[in-house]
Amino acid sequence: MAAGIELDRLTKRFGGFTAVDALSFAAGSGTVLGFLGPNGAGKSTTMKMVTGFLPPTGGRALVCGFDVAADPTAVRRRLGYLPEGAPLYPDMTPAGLLEFAGAARGLSRAERKRAAAAAADRVQLGPVLGQRVETLSKGFKRRVGLALAILHDPAVLVLDEPTDGLDPNQKHEVRSLIGELSADKVIVLSTHILEEVEAVCTRVVLIAAGQKRFDGTPEELAARSPWHGAVRLRIAREGSDALEGDLAKLAGVQRVEEHSVDGTRELAVFPSRGEKGHGEKGRAVLAAEVDRAVRARGLSPLELSVERGRLDDVFRELTATGSRS
Amino acid sequence: MQGTLAVFRREFAGYFATPVAAVFLVVFLLLCGVLTFNQAGFYERGQADLMPFFTWHPWLYLFLVPALAMRLWSEERRQGTIELLLTLPLATWQATLGKFLAAWAFAGIALGLTLPYWATVAWLGNPDHGVIAASYLGSLLLAGGYLAIGSFVSALTKNQVIAFVLSVLACFLLVLAGYPTVLDFFGAWAPDAIVEAVRSLSFLTHFETLSRGVVDARGIVFFVSTMVCFLIAGTATVELQKGR
Repeated sequence: MAAGIELDRLTKRFGGFTAVDALSFAAGSGTVLGFLGPNGAGKSTTMKMVTGFLPPTGGRALVCGFDVAADPTAVRRRLGYLPEGAPLYPDMTPAGLLEFAGAARGLSRAERKRAAAAAADRVQLGPVLGQRVETLSKGFKRRVGLALAILHDPAVLVLDEPTDGLDPNQKHEVRSLIGELSADKVIVLSTHILEEVEAVCTRVVLIAAGQKRFDGTPEELAARSPWHGAVRLRIAREGSDALEGDLAKLAGVQRVEEHSVDGTRELAVFPSRGEKGHGEKGRAVLAAEVDRAVRARGLSPLELSVERGRLDDVFRELTATGSRS
Repeated sequence: MQGTLAVFRREFAGYFATPVAAVFLVVFLLLCGVLTFNQAGFYERGQADLMPFFTWHPWLYLFLVPALAMRLWSEERRQGTIELLLTLPLATWQATLGKFLAAWAFAGIALGLTLPYWATVAWLGNPDHGVIAASYLGSLLLAGGYLAIGSFVSALTKNQVIAFVLSVLACFLLVLAGYPTVLDFFGAWAPDAIVEAVRSLSFLTHFETLSRGVVDARGIVFFVSTMVCFLIAGTATVELQKGR
């Protein structure tokens, strides 16, 4: 793969402890790969090996076709990296940092200026460019780290928890930036925030205890949830006693669960296994049928929604066995 | 080359971005003055030379240079910026060399600020300018040797205090190796070859040779090879330690 990354049985051991265990996956241009896993699963260690910071114990990582172990400099030229927590030199200014990174990357004076201005503009650093890093807020520090990572317009971006510790507005900004950048790049971002995966990623690799547990799209991950495709209905208590029976008789319904919420009744209609693969359309059909059944009783739903699947359930299920917390 | 230069410029500017530069320069110049005029009796000797000034350098540097070197790698590791630095398209030795050269250039500036001493003796009498120039060269090489050791020790630990104490100790041993007491101790029982070997390892011996005005190749080769050895050891240590 020319512009992409490829991990081939990548392994890292620290003494007798295996942090990353024969991990393999590949991603091409245009992919935003969400690298998921509980804390301590080996996400950061994997990223450090891909960026050439840590040498692997076994296996190999290719970036744009270059083996990281054999030619780390060629890899680093094509790769932008935001380390966990976005470490920066506290007594430098963002302008100074960008200048330094540009010089270390071998850009000419004019190229450095242009690249620094473009990167600073992209992450909106304007007002703080001349301020010392130690005086900046967490959000700005993260943006400086991002600017350093995208300075040389790399083909591969590796971002270790890019939104960790940011407020909701800042998270949104970072996510839209990732979306904008993704067209001609491979972006690998690690996170344990599941909503982030749904918001920005086109692909998910989930690891636990250094091993791959899942590799697919966020939708496929969500589809693993028993809640995937279930219709959730909230309705007033009065006159709805027989409704549960009606719903259970609908075609393609496996079972109906009932919960009591604040004096109203909540019903969850789970489709049978076979109906699951029908995607958006199948789910909409079930929702419409549930709605019709409700109205046939002369009732109206207080709330009706289709579950896309609960990622945190799937996450727990996939990472529970053999995980070390 | 460009990578080394980028690291050099960042590090060198770094000294001046914090109070480190000001504190170091003031303390260095103050101690130089006190030791030269009060302790070594610069005027009382009645000789137009800088012997009283240079005599103290091995001891003055013993504490000041490790203070300059202790942060070189310890701070990078503590702040996590080592990940930023070593994922740039640089070889580790380029980073090591750039850092070392920046610290050495800074030490050179401190030493350069003592040039008025030279002007003073030149005004008061007729000093041997060759001897003084050789002494300045010796002093600069001595600082470089201490710095290379300090930078190696700094790569060993995240803790700057430990880096400082260990560097002082390592440099102290290398100075002591040329001290008469130590050489007498070896001379009492060991063959001359061993005494010579110990003496030849000493910073003090080579520095004193240079500060007598004898610019021989051995002294320069000694200091330069010491620097090269410790910089290579430092680079290897950075490589080994970064994953921990």
